[in-house]
Amino acid sequence: MRNVNITIDGIKTSVPGNYTILEAAKAVNIFIPTLCYLRDVNEIGCCRMCLVETKGGKALQAACVTPVAEGMEIYTHSPKVVEARKVNLELILSNHVTRCQTCSRSWTSCELQTLANKLGVEAVRFEGEATKHTQDIGVSIVRDNNKCILCRRCVSVCKNVQTVGVIDAIGRGFHTEIGSPFDRKLADTPCVNCGQCVNVCPVGALHEKTDTDVVWNALNDPELHVVVQTAPAVRAALGESFGMPIGTAVTGKMVTALRMIGFDKVFDTDTAADLTIMEESNELIDRVRSGGKLPMITSCSPGWIKFCEHYFPEYLDNLSTCKSPHMMFGSIIKTYYAKKAGIDPSKIFTVSVMPCTAKKFEAKRPEMEVDGLRDVDAVITTRELASMIYDIGIDFPNLPDDVFDDPFGIASGAGVIFGTTGGVMEAALRTATDILSGSSTDNIEYEEIRGFEGIKVAECTVGEVRLRAAVAHGLGNARKLLNQIKAGELEVDFIEIMACPNGCINGGGQPIQSSDIRNWSNVSQRRAEALYSEDRNMYVRKSHNNPAVKRLYKDYLGMAGGTLSHKLLHTHYHEREKYPEID
Amino acid sequence: MIKNVEQLNFLRDKMRKEMALRRGVEAEAAEMGGRMQILVCGVAGCQSSGSLGVYNELKNLIETNKLEDEIKIISTGCMGLCALGPLMVVYPGRVMYTKVKPEDVAEIFQSHIMEGKPVERLFAVDNDGTKIADALGQHSFYTKQLKIALKNCGTIDPYSIEEYIGVDGYQALAKVLKEMDPEDVVDTMKESNLRGRGGAGFPTGMKWAFAASQQKRQKYVCCNADEGDPGAFMDRSVLEGDPHSVIEAMAIAGYAIGSNQGYVYVRAEYPVAVKTLKAAIQQAKEYGFLGQNILGTDFSFDLEVRLGAGAFVCGEETALMTSIEGHRGEPKPRPPFPAVKGLFGEPTILNNVETYATIPRIILNGAEWFNSIGTEKSKGTKVFAVGGKIERTGLVEVPMGTTLREIVFDMCGGIPNGKEFKAAQTGGPSGGCIPAEALDTPIDYDNLIALGSMMGSGGLIVMDEDTCMVDLARFFLDFTFDESCGKCSPCRLGTKRMYEILEKITQGKGELEDIEKLEVLARNIKNSALCGLGQTAPNPILSTLRYFKDEYMAHVVDKTCPAGVCKSIIKFKIDNELCRSCGICKKHCPVGAISGDKQNPYIIDQDKCIKCGVCAQKCPFNSILHRERKGV
Repeated sequence: MRNVNITIDGIKTSVPGNYTILEAAKAVNIFIPTLCYLRDVNEIGCCRMCLVETKGGKALQAACVTPVAEGMEIYTHSPKVVEARKVNLELILSNHVTRCQTCSRSWTSCELQTLANKLGVEAVRFEGEATKHTQDIGVSIVRDNNKCILCRRCVSVCKNVQTVGVIDAIGRGFHTEIGSPFDRKLADTPCVNCGQCVNVCPVGALHEKTDTDVVWNALNDPELHVVVQTAPAVRAALGESFGMPIGTAVTGKMVTALRMIGFDKVFDTDTAADLTIMEESNELIDRVRSGGKLPMITSCSPGWIKFCEHYFPEYLDNLSTCKSPHMMFGSIIKTYYAKKAGIDPSKIFTVSVMPCTAKKFEAKRPEMEVDGLRDVDAVITTRELASMIYDIGIDFPNLPDDVFDDPFGIASGAGVIFGTTGGVMEAALRTATDILSGSSTDNIEYEEIRGFEGIKVAECTVGEVRLRAAVAHGLGNARKLLNQIKAGELEVDFIEIMACPNGCINGGGQPIQSSDIRNWSNVSQRRAEALYSEDRNMYVRKSHNNPAVKRLYKDYLGMAGGTLSHKLLHTHYHEREKYPEID
Repeated sequence: MIKNVEQLNFLRDKMRKEMALRRGVEAEAAEMGGRMQILVCGVAGCQSSGSLGVYNELKNLIETNKLEDEIKIISTGCMGLCALGPLMVVYPGRVMYTKVKPEDVAEIFQSHIMEGKPVERLFAVDNDGTKIADALGQHSFYTKQLKIALKNCGTIDPYSIEEYIGVDGYQALAKVLKEMDPEDVVDTMKESNLRGRGGAGFPTGMKWAFAASQQKRQKYVCCNADEGDPGAFMDRSVLEGDPHSVIEAMAIAGYAIGSNQGYVYVRAEYPVAVKTLKAAIQQAKEYGFLGQNILGTDFSFDLEVRLGAGAFVCGEETALMTSIEGHRGEPKPRPPFPAVKGLFGEPTILNNVETYATIPRIILNGAEWFNSIGTEKSKGTKVFAVGGKIERTGLVEVPMGTTLREIVFDMCGGIPNGKEFKAAQTGGPSGGCIPAEALDTPIDYDNLIALGSMMGSGGLIVMDEDTCMVDLARFFLDFTFDESCGKCSPCRLGTKRMYEILEKITQGKGELEDIEKLEVLARNIKNSALCGLGQTAPNPILSTLRYFKDEYMAHVVDKTCPAGVCKSIIKFKIDNELCRSCGICKKHCPVGAISGDKQNPYIIDQDKCIKCGVCAQKCPFNSILHRERKGV
């Protein structure tokens, strides 16, 4: 792209011609406030906070969407601009429920509050009627339009990134609100509960359905043996809720905190990830050898599963029948562990700490139980765990490290990288190649399926077997990949799909980073790095070498894909109507 | 199917003969055997005042008297003088009958058609009281008009492509296809200095040049017929009266910019226009003016109609295109401009109906001719839909530079009931009011902007002394806050807040601070809204504040409404000097708010009064008033 010469606030500079004014200003260290803008997700210029004046221009321009042009003279803080921003912000505040003290976002990452402070808004001059809405409380997600500022980030991420599109602006003018078709509750739409809408919301209009009270109640019940497990991606982001740098792995501190909270046992979902790999690799090899349905598609991501049930029911038989790792773990805890520890399984309460909102829905699927006992009794997000840690006043950054409990205290590096896109595939390939070759392969880092390319493809040949693998993250990419396969443009044997863009590290339950950070740095990259680095430092890096998993098979399950495995670790799926009739 | 220019010219010549009476060439008409042609306005305005009954009655009489071969009746588009509808024009002689009722038809038939004696009592009456037979030629409503866009409206049958061809229809298309390169067409448009008639007045030729210069295979030509300003009906009239002129111009545009597909976006609330347009497109396809290899050339062009679902914002170009694409009609930031990235992401030009209707004439008569009409920076003519407190509501087309006084007083006969002119609103909810002081300003794009209003699409609403300007602003804001699409915050919230403040002021609850707030909001919304709707929404406030701030102050400070409109603050009072204690008011008051008798003066209990105004209406001595008596 050719450079163009522009002047910003008197500073002459030359920037690539495809830059927006916002990017150009950033390049000369000028901060233009934004609110609706979220790079690559929502670039629609609707909040009118990033207005700038351009010489010769009649109206003010939104810097986030206006491209630079040769000779452009830009004023980012002229009196006209400053006044307009302030007025617009006051207008937004005039229709926003400002009960900030009780809002989950105000103390962490409310972008509206930050902006009001930055722009020096001391009072709202233009008070008037406020729109009134009822909350939509789902199993995973709660929508509260009373706080919504109509930035449309949620709409864009749902429609354009995830291609789910169950929310959009409805009504018009002052009465515009974000809603679903026919104004249904999200639960009655093909929403997949991925929670990306929550992650991009600049205010508290979207949040997970909190289950911390359920967990506290269980913890306070002396009858119950409360067991917690934490997903791989949680450790890569939890620290952010306590002001630690993005990309800090806090595994040890997290374990300490969980013990302080009062969990009886603290297990690592990574161990279950290794178990998943054993079952899944076995299933894959079985399908390849017996001419079963291919490509096989991973089933770890409950957002993806629901997406498949709604939008690609023809691929349900391609889904691996494996439960997701934490669900597997739940049933193992209530069977194998209960037996081993001599605890009545009905007195065990299992809690999963997940980077995910869809897991809340998954845990409530009717089929997720064994012998009448729910696999997982409660799911809380990384954010909810942070709030529990705050609840009891733990100084998290200064905690000593601790380790997970036996008998599931050991995990492999393969289990750790489940948390980022390509991780499940890489873990599976590490194991499958060893099984197929009958020996131990040294080359275990699959660079071609790492990174944030939307669709990644890799191939590996072991003896006579050639395995072609594809990885997609974000449901938009998943849709694209499946359509390519449907059209015969791509042929693969094994597919990893994660509902959230970049995988679980960017899950709908992770700490929310404000757009000021997300727009200018790759948060996922740093979180993923934390996981890859933990993997590199692990002694065991392949799932099938995990001694805990080996012992589990030896002592209890028998063989991967065996009868008991099928009872405890596998599940089934069913087609879902998009808009079922409701009363 | 017309395959070449020769066939087109042959048909034109044939039709010219058939329409000779209307051209005033009676000798030619005699050759064809036709004795008389009668035009009856058959579109919305006249239809709603009963023109269909007139048409049927006439047809009936002609058929019973077996005169079908001699007398032709034609249902036409709008003739402009809507206030006097239903209108009928009889050729030869071009005798116009006004306010024709079905029961008048027998008399017209007997007297005029059979005996050759026109019925004078149904002639249009001019400002000086004279009755005029050839109103189209001599009535002051028409004499100052110059019809370019409306040239064929009211003179041809909109359902007949052949009649359109008879008045040189599709000749401009033939000319560009046969004699001009696309660049020449763009150059002609540039040289003509035609500016968009949809509101903002962007030079049409420049828009076409941008689109033409895009190296893309697929481009689109769109027509904005989503006329949404309250009281505006220019575009509807063109579509109802002369749809082929729009089709022809769009094909010309397609040729000029290199596009083979057009869309007309019409609001669904215009069923007659939609029906007429669809019929015309069908005919144009049958006759080969749309479709493959038009007039035997390599040029192909097709046209489709898209219906708007009634959102005002869809008149904004990017919202219109988003709506055509099948999405929620919301505007997008520009740049990129549609000429670069428009409909379906491809280069697109959008012009409004009136702009298109002007184009065939420019092609045929040349840019120089067009430049000879109008003012320095606004060439040609402009159609106005004149409404409100005006004697003759209707549609007029005048050269740019005509003054408001000429339109309001000379052509449209001034204000009814001897009331005084207060202001005129142009540009609808996006425009502003023009006060009496500016009556003599020549109307063109730039002068209107300087006056704080805008040309808009051509709605012209006249207000008399009984209009409260604060209430007027409130009315328009009520419209815009409801019609805002809700995308950008200044428009979504700002229009609502401005409306609330105006509401407060008209209820007598306003404070001085509110006027200041209004000014701050208006200024900033104008500066910061995403699209034209929001940017212009404050105009009714800004212009009324500019010219009628005293009225705002009266509401805020004195808690009175000088025009006597704002119900919450007006007070009906009995002037005891004039009151003769007749008691009629007391008898009629529905809430028993009036007390008094021969001995005690009549008074109105303000707490009980519901301000219905019945007392003032019934008082035989004009002693009950709800505002300052004029001149007192």
